[in-house]
Amino acid sequence: MSASLFNALLELGDDHLIIGHRMSEWCGHAPLLEEDLAMPNMALDMIGASRSLYTYSGELEGKGRDEDQLAYLRLDREYKNCLLAERPNEDFAHTMLKQLYFAAFMEPYWQAALNSSDATIRGIAGKAVKEVAYHIRHAGEWVIRLGDGTEESMSRMAEAVVEMHPYVEELFTMSEDAKACAAAGQLPDRETLRNAFEQTISNIFDQALLEVPAVPFPQLGGRTGHHGEEMGHLLSQLQYVQRAYPGMSW
Amino acid sequence: MSNETPLWEVFIRPRNGLSHKHCGSLHAADEVMALQAARDTYTRRGEGLSVWVVPSKAIFASDPDQAAENFEPGVDKVYRHPTFYDIPDEVGHM
Repeated sequence: MSASLFNALLELGDDHLIIGHRMSEWCGHAPLLEEDLAMPNMALDMIGASRSLYTYSGELEGKGRDEDQLAYLRLDREYKNCLLAERPNEDFAHTMLKQLYFAAFMEPYWQAALNSSDATIRGIAGKAVKEVAYHIRHAGEWVIRLGDGTEESMSRMAEAVVEMHPYVEELFTMSEDAKACAAAGQLPDRETLRNAFEQTISNIFDQALLEVPAVPFPQLGGRTGHHGEEMGHLLSQLQYVQRAYPGMSW
Repeated sequence: MSNETPLWEVFIRPRNGLSHKHCGSLHAADEVMALQAARDTYTRRGEGLSVWVVPSKAIFASDPDQAAENFEPGVDKVYRHPTFYDIPDEVGHM
């Protein structure tokens, strides 16, 4: 099997599972009934992508681990998601901005992955690319309205940018495994996506009257398993059912 | 009232060739957000190919108190239904 592809797909799967789980935490708490449907919709898109990624990486590994084992039965240091994904939801502005950053990165990522040398990855990309295009629109429209909104919404949106922007750079950093997969044409080279990402963000920020801040010291660590304190709390909730009732399915 | 989120009526066309049908309403700040909310609220199970949103306040509705004068005169005019014709067999299903 390809150890590099297994690891790189796991990074990608962890990004989707963790950010999807964070989004799902809004279920029942969204500020509008309409948004209470929209946010779990997006969460399900992301968790759905993580399922495909885990299932395929489990097949590549060949040790009989399925999506549930990969999603629920690893330790915190074994999760390789970027820190952006695990950041707490804070307020609605934070969550929408986080989703926008992630989707604005994943859209060109999946576009590029449509040309992967691996047929399964092309299949996953084909489905995901439509989902993230909508996430950009949905989160982007909110960022625009909150940024160019009331004094209160404007200050919260600007605060969210200051808080979250240092986590953007990690989307572009590549593990040795991700580099090997890029060299083999299996997964996109993340650096090549920078222009597309920056264009999407600056287009939306212009309308939202927000500025892209300079980040002298980006927040890195998730890709090597060095997570924030909040990750443990997230996992204890995420893993509870499988830990308490091993092998349970429904 | 002015700071209340406006109400929108949602119309969905299930397939090409069919007309848009009213399927519900929702709250949204403007037409773009209304369209997104409609997509998320009413098309999660593949219900449609096209969505319209219309401000609820743009709808001018008939008055229920005038239902008798509006609609009852039509009820007893059976000759307005095309049910008095014999359809020749060779026409088949119409």
